[in-house]
Amino acid sequence: MGISVQLLSKTYGSQKAVDQISFEATEGKILGFLGPNGAGKSTTMKILTCFLPQTSGKAFVCGFDTSNDSLQVRKNIGYLPESNPLYHDMYVKEFLYFVGNTYHLQNLKTKVEQVILATGLEKEQHKKIGQLSKGYKQRVGLAQAIIHDPKVLILDEPTSGLDPNQLIEIRKLIKELGKTKTVILSTHIMQEVEAICDEVIIINKGKIVANNTLQGLLEEHQEKSLEPIFVKLTRDV
Amino acid sequence: MLTIYKKELYSYLSSLVAYITIGLFLVVLGLFLWVFPDTSILDYGYATLDSLFSTIPYLFMFLIPAITMRSLAEEKKEGTFELLATRPLTDWDIVLGKYLAALTLVLFSLIPTLVYYISVYQLGTTLGNIDSGAVIGSYIGLFLLGGAFVSIGIFSSSITKNQIIAFAIAVFLCFFAFSGFESASQVLSLQKFDSILIGLGINEHYQSISRGVLDSRDLLYFLSFIVLFLLVTKTILGGRKW
Repeated sequence: MGISVQLLSKTYGSQKAVDQISFEATEGKILGFLGPNGAGKSTTMKILTCFLPQTSGKAFVCGFDTSNDSLQVRKNIGYLPESNPLYHDMYVKEFLYFVGNTYHLQNLKTKVEQVILATGLEKEQHKKIGQLSKGYKQRVGLAQAIIHDPKVLILDEPTSGLDPNQLIEIRKLIKELGKTKTVILSTHIMQEVEAICDEVIIINKGKIVANNTLQGLLEEHQEKSLEPIFVKLTRDV
Repeated sequence: MLTIYKKELYSYLSSLVAYITIGLFLVVLGLFLWVFPDTSILDYGYATLDSLFSTIPYLFMFLIPAITMRSLAEEKKEGTFELLATRPLTDWDIVLGKYLAALTLVLFSLIPTLVYYISVYQLGTTLGNIDSGAVIGSYIGLFLLGGAFVSIGIFSSSITKNQIIAFAIAVFLCFFAFSGFESASQVLSLQKFDSILIGLGINEHYQSISRGVLDSRDLLYFLSFIVLFLLVTKTILGGRKW
């Protein structure tokens, strides 16, 4: 189960965004997806969530093929896109009910209450999304990704724009979710990876340059932190 | 599909868009029918609603694109389309939900005009001296015309991120589909095909239904018109190339 990607490629015109990457992500582990801007992280995530079709290769989520069983994949996946798009003129609760309805959830009322509690949105739940600060919008984004209790979570830079307190809370939440789900998260913050990820994939110019457990990667390069490894592997020569 | 439909309808009704466009539509229609002497029912002297049914298509040409212009263009611009597309919803769910919500709004704008029917019904020298069959036919015609215009509007909204462009394209396409073919048939070198060209335009079929005769050919024309535009819209959305 979890995620399995085999020789996945995506070409935009003549530019190769993702170039024959393969990796696996297993249940109960948090996979950190690292790479410089434009390396192909978001593209890979968009293919996994069936938003974009791949040019070649295969991707399986929970055993379902993203190109043939797209509906099944989308039922089992929770996704927080990079720009965190939300309907700004909807109320927080209204939006969560709408999202819940797209999954035909039973007991929607309790589910919405649970997810509001889990993401710490109690005080803001009666506001319009447009009125929320960036950190709270990010929480709404996370709430819509986990409301249907998906088996797989794909989070594209979930902690960008959060203050240090919020960072700690959201990381705690992701860590908690990671115990039972397959989580892939992309980030530019190395400390975050060190704090919550079990496995690390570094991608550069569409190719995977490192795929290891966090511990394994540190030992392999004989470093104490990820940053020098990241710089070494992705710097233009 | 129902989820999208509800969400769209709520978002129309909870913003000013719906009230302002429908309100303006009714004001302009009222002016044409009762105040401006050229088209006024009172000055005309006959108890008919002909001027109502000849004015509304031209108002719809602006009203409907105004309603539909944001439906897909905004989703794409704000990136919220990604939210919709990564749910277990098919592209048809999204397109049809949005189509039906806009169509419902068009229906809402038509309902208040029934007041005019009642007024004219009361005004007739012998009470009720109005061709009710033709009125019913015309309303069905208007609804189908609205359905066709909404499908054009949704289509225009799917090809761009910019609402103004979506509006402009939709107005043009609505106008052309309504009376463009008919006018083109008068071009000298096209006169050989004039009956085909006239048959392609909406006006011909709208007029035919307005007479109070519901011909299956006209019905089929409107249905295929709507399906065609929705099909193209769905294909464009599926391509994700914008």
